Amino acid sequence: MATQRVVHNPMGYPPKVAGKALAPRLDTLDGRTVYLVDCRFDDSDILLKSVQAWFAEHMPSVKAIYKPINNVYTRDDPTTWQEIKDKGAAAIIGVGH
Amino acid sequence: MSIDLKYGIPTVCLHTDMFTTVTKSVVRMNGAPRMRQVYLPHPVMGKTPAEIRAYVYGASPVSGRPVMQEVVEGLTRALDEEERKGLTFERSTPRLCEPASEDALRQLFLDNHWTDNLPIVLPTVERVAEMLKHTRRKPDDVVGHHTATHFREVWQCTVEQVAVNAVMAGARPEYFPVILAIAATGVSARGSSTSSMASMVVVNGPVRKELNMNAGTGAMGPYNHANATIGRAFGLLSQNLQGGSLPGDTYMGSMGNALAYASPTFAENEERSPFEPLHVQHGYRPDQSVVSVFAGMRHMAFTLGLRPGHWREQVRNMMRGMDPNESPTFLLDPIAARLFQDIGGLKTKQDLIGWICENGRMPAGEYWDYQLVQNYLYPRATFGEEPLAGKLRAAPDEMVRLWTPEQVNVVVVGGETNGYWRIAGARLAGSACVDDWR
Repeated sequence: MATQRVVHNPMGYPPKVAGKALAPRLDTLDGRTVYLVDCRFDDSDILLKSVQAWFAEHMPSVKAIYKPINNVYTRDDPTTWQEIKDKGAAAIIGVGH
Repeated sequence: MSIDLKYGIPTVCLHTDMFTTVTKSVVRMNGAPRMRQVYLPHPVMGKTPAEIRAYVYGASPVSGRPVMQEVVEGLTRALDEEERKGLTFERSTPRLCEPASEDALRQLFLDNHWTDNLPIVLPTVERVAEMLKHTRRKPDDVVGHHTATHFREVWQCTVEQVAVNAVMAGARPEYFPVILAIAATGVSARGSSTSSMASMVVVNGPVRKELNMNAGTGAMGPYNHANATIGRAFGLLSQNLQGGSLPGDTYMGSMGNALAYASPTFAENEERSPFEPLHVQHGYRPDQSVVSVFAGMRHMAFTLGLRPGHWREQVRNMMRGMDPNESPTFLLDPIAARLFQDIGGLKTKQDLIGWICENGRMPAGEYWDYQLVQNYLYPRATFGEEPLAGKLRAAPDEMVRLWTPEQVNVVVVGGETNGYWRIAGARLAGSACVDDWR
């Protein structure tokens, strides 16, 4: 039988992951304001404007507001999140790669 | 994620299907594995508006269902119990692996993606203990925190865990304080960026001589034990102490980067340099031993010497070829460094950095049309951040500066076999004093 060796595990310590609830969903989008949040990454503006066009064509009662974030996608943008919370009902964010 | 989880706004995230695995992994590690995500075809970049419209109006390549139907349902379908609670879990890292034969352990390390796929030195209890003798720090002292990308969870590491990876890399115990200092910067040599970054370490001060590090001929190549194994240790500790570097999950570099095998690590040739050392440039004393860790290393420009006739135009051409989103680090053989003094008339490092910033330019229209500038600098400019906002006001044909002096670094390295020199796209991401880790 080959010699048994004892070696260390090379991994670090992961953090505890705390469960987070999703925000309650809406009953309907009709008549509601939906923010289309542009992460400003790799032509995401064209994508979000296509989503805006889809709403205009298929769900015209939805007010779909195109909203580019205020900074680079790698940075948090509490100003924009607060604006959406104050003025909107839902968000579609893209393109996150 | 914070818009939904923190601000309570029902949100759907749009991704391309290339990122299915990683986005599902990221939301799980953030405690919300059922985050509403919808997948489009890949890529978005470079597609015409008509093609992107077809993505939006078409079916998801992941589910086969209409994209916008999934989006609307994602905002309106009531949450189930799992979505209302999220997922809480803990993972542990056992200190030791189960005893096994050497062959079995080598296979275990490969199977768990704990190596760089080159042979390693097994981190036996005895070898790790020997490594730990070369620092006054306790084995369970926390060294720092690492993550593959800012979207992912942050892992913590101890002195002992850094020692384990140092052993695996083949480093000698006397190198350990340098490796600890590198780990303490928190910079990862295994960043997950799709751009396939590598890292680089410059070592300054007395520790270079103590460890017989190479600053001369072949310093950036595989010709010195300390340079080679410290750099390799940086790579291994990065991937293992941040929770992995697995393509498609914790590593998304599209092409990969051969520089990541070595994480080029070398000493600055302070003795032959006509300029102040890198660590002194950044506020350390000459007698301190310091590691300077550079990130974002993907590309280099290269030439030989400087000639009186057209050196300015030639260096400008080199700078025009660099990625304008990344900072430049000039890597000069001592001969080349002296040519910048003698032919260029740039007597100090500050003179050289000033010249670089004055002459590294391109037309504003061209600058702002770079995809990386659009992704990473344009949003900051529109938010009013200077000097970027000023460049945004420039006319399309106005020659705008690429870099500020704070972004530019100059390192002298090489053995004077000739006056070759390079510009590396690499930014100084962190530094640490080795003496704090002895």
